[in-house]
Amino acid sequence: MKKKLFSLFLSALLTMAVLGGCGSDGTGESSENNPSKETVESSQSGTEVVEHPQYGGSVVVGIQQDIDSLDPHKATAAGTKEILFNVFEGLVKPDKNGDLMKALASDYTVSEDGLVYTFTLREGVTFHNGSPVTANDVKYSLDRCSGLLDGTPLISSLSVLTEVNIIDDKTVQVTVAKPNTELIYSFVAAIIPAGSGEDENASPIGTGPFSFVSYTPQVGVSLKKNENYWQAGLPYLDEVNFKIINSAETALMELQGETIQVYPYLTDSQAEELKNKFQILSHPSNVVQALYLNNADPVLSDVRIRQAICYAIDKGMLNEFVAGGNGGLISSAMLPTLTTYYVDLNDTYGNSANIEKAKQLMTEAGYPDGFDLEITVPSNYEFHMQTAEVIAEQLKAAGIRAKINPVEWNTWLQDCYTDRKYQSTISGVTSDMTPGYLTNRFQSTSKKNFINYSNPEYDEVYLKAAAALDTAEKAGYYKQLQKIICDDAGSAFLQAPPLTVAVSPKLEGYVFYPVYVQDMSTIYYK
Amino acid sequence: MRRSDILKNKYLLIGLFMTGLGLLLGIVGLFWTPYDPAGMSAAERFAAPSLHHLFGTDNFGRDIFSRVMKGLSVTILIGMLVVLFSSVMGILLGALTGYFGGILDEIVMRITDALNGFPSILLALVLISIFGNGRQNVILALGLVFIPSYVRIVRSEFIRLRDADFIRRARLMGVGKLRILFVHILPNVFSVFWVSVMIGFNNAILAESGMSYLGIGVQPPDASLGKMLSDAQGYLQGAPWYALSAGLAIVWVVLGFALLSEGIQRMNKA
Repeated sequence: MKKKLFSLFLSALLTMAVLGGCGSDGTGESSENNPSKETVESSQSGTEVVEHPQYGGSVVVGIQQDIDSLDPHKATAAGTKEILFNVFEGLVKPDKNGDLMKALASDYTVSEDGLVYTFTLREGVTFHNGSPVTANDVKYSLDRCSGLLDGTPLISSLSVLTEVNIIDDKTVQVTVAKPNTELIYSFVAAIIPAGSGEDENASPIGTGPFSFVSYTPQVGVSLKKNENYWQAGLPYLDEVNFKIINSAETALMELQGETIQVYPYLTDSQAEELKNKFQILSHPSNVVQALYLNNADPVLSDVRIRQAICYAIDKGMLNEFVAGGNGGLISSAMLPTLTTYYVDLNDTYGNSANIEKAKQLMTEAGYPDGFDLEITVPSNYEFHMQTAEVIAEQLKAAGIRAKINPVEWNTWLQDCYTDRKYQSTISGVTSDMTPGYLTNRFQSTSKKNFINYSNPEYDEVYLKAAAALDTAEKAGYYKQLQKIICDDAGSAFLQAPPLTVAVSPKLEGYVFYPVYVQDMSTIYYK
Repeated sequence: MRRSDILKNKYLLIGLFMTGLGLLLGIVGLFWTPYDPAGMSAAERFAAPSLHHLFGTDNFGRDIFSRVMKGLSVTILIGMLVVLFSSVMGILLGALTGYFGGILDEIVMRITDALNGFPSILLALVLISIFGNGRQNVILALGLVFIPSYVRIVRSEFIRLRDADFIRRARLMGVGKLRILFVHILPNVFSVFWVSVMIGFNNAILAESGMSYLGIGVQPPDASLGKMLSDAQGYLQGAPWYALSAGLAIVWVVLGFALLSEGIQRMNKA
């Protein structure tokens, strides 16, 4: 009998301590390719090379989700692109300041009417398989992305390309259907060896600082140093492993056990827990976190209901709870870091809750006693889960009965993003460096318009914004767009969460980018 | 049974005390808690245990003692409903199959064999993935999973008793089948059945906590001991009271019930 009691006691302890949880963490999100931006300043210097770095060693980076495709033109998840950034490069690539630097192109010119782009290829760049990058490879890659190859554009922003011509061995000329000053940002699209398209998913070959070694589903990706990388002196590390850890708790344990050295997307409380043993680096992220509302939902189709939700949310308190006050509060679909285009609309609904106003709007809309709201949350992101818990509590004060429905990431992508079968969801949209990326998805016909937002005025202004050539004029239109969707309460925009990374104290050189990437080439052991 | 026997039966006494306190907190928690268990406060995040917050506060500044009370009531309620559901189904199926035997017996027993072939928590996970998350579905899934254990016990007792003299006599006197089943045999099964109900209750509580811990049982913002444990895991170093209070609450209830059932068994033997 004692034995039985003992075993009962043990199993109770077991429940308490052992079972592997499925929590999670973070701020990542789905993204897609798209154009946009204005003034192009290409830095000549390239990525900085440190003077007396230590070469060698290997690093394990914890990531939160499995990858969707190793084919750089087909990968859409931000969590995949952040890895592939190390393997593939385009004619240009983003630098840490949010500008473009010349990568495989050593130079380029754009014709005055904005219709012809001429790229001069860099000398002496080779693919990971040893063959040199030629104009032919560039033509193949651009044709493949733009749909000129087989009719299906893999990167929608490049579908405006009408012709890619090889002028000579080192020169490629691209013609586009209509001018767009943001288009140059789309030439970050990866250059792959001619004809290799079908094989890329199995054996990715690019020109990046690291070459692909292996990928094991649910486990991770291994990369090794590209000895012939064109930026002399880079990278420092011999080996980089991306390890998929879909639970925040597990990540914390792995960090403390030093089995991973870099872990992005910490929550505020995790950062607190780790700050004595790790370097905790923080930077504004390029993620627009929101309680996205399905505008086609019977209840939420009423603008007053959506506005009521916006009024009921206390963004300041939310920021305090989940981001330690480090998040940037927003009320529309633009990031404060895109300073030229951003307009502060936080006064519209206020940073703290206005329950009276919310209740009044709900009464007008015929829901004086509140309503039920289902919030679908990708459960692998602890950050969104915690946000959901806070939001649900805040909405309760206005009589909105929120129910949290945690789902797996893949279910979220399918149900919420692709099929749009949800009522509301807390998630984030990861931006690239252009204002168009964040705003074009809310055109009523966009296939990325997963909130089913529809406003003819918005569509009209967006077209004007995309067509505008003058920066000030363009910025004006973008500000107008933010105002429209904010007034319509297209969704309850929350914040640009801080991007907090734990880096082992032995490492140096972690660089934040304004886009969602983990650049491993600059990291080295002290 | 003399009073001194009861006082000497330490299992019974400790079990009664622990279970009583756990139940009391749980029942009070249904109606009243010191603080709103979902009420957040930015100023009081991760407050250590004190007189204001007996068990401290969590990452949202919620009072952990209130949440433990709420969690206890949810957990105990689920445990009871699971036991109620599965034991009633178990008695019905066990009585019918045990008394009548035949083809029905074969079918039911093979199904219970098949159910027993799976680890019970795995089976419950499968059921949850079919029915979806939520409190009712947890009760349903766990209830279904626990039926076989009761069917077996009841069935074997019915087989033992169906040819006992007093049952034969009742049959000869023309007593109806239902009356024989539930009035003549069933009360004789209870002494054995009672123990398995106590153990089953503990198993149900552990299973519910385990499932909530895995994120598929009771959903936030509802408090649940298992969910609290998994949330607390990230703050083990900074706020150890969070994990300890949720974990000890589970241990307390489970251990209390185990001691109580042990005590009752000893009392019966004495």
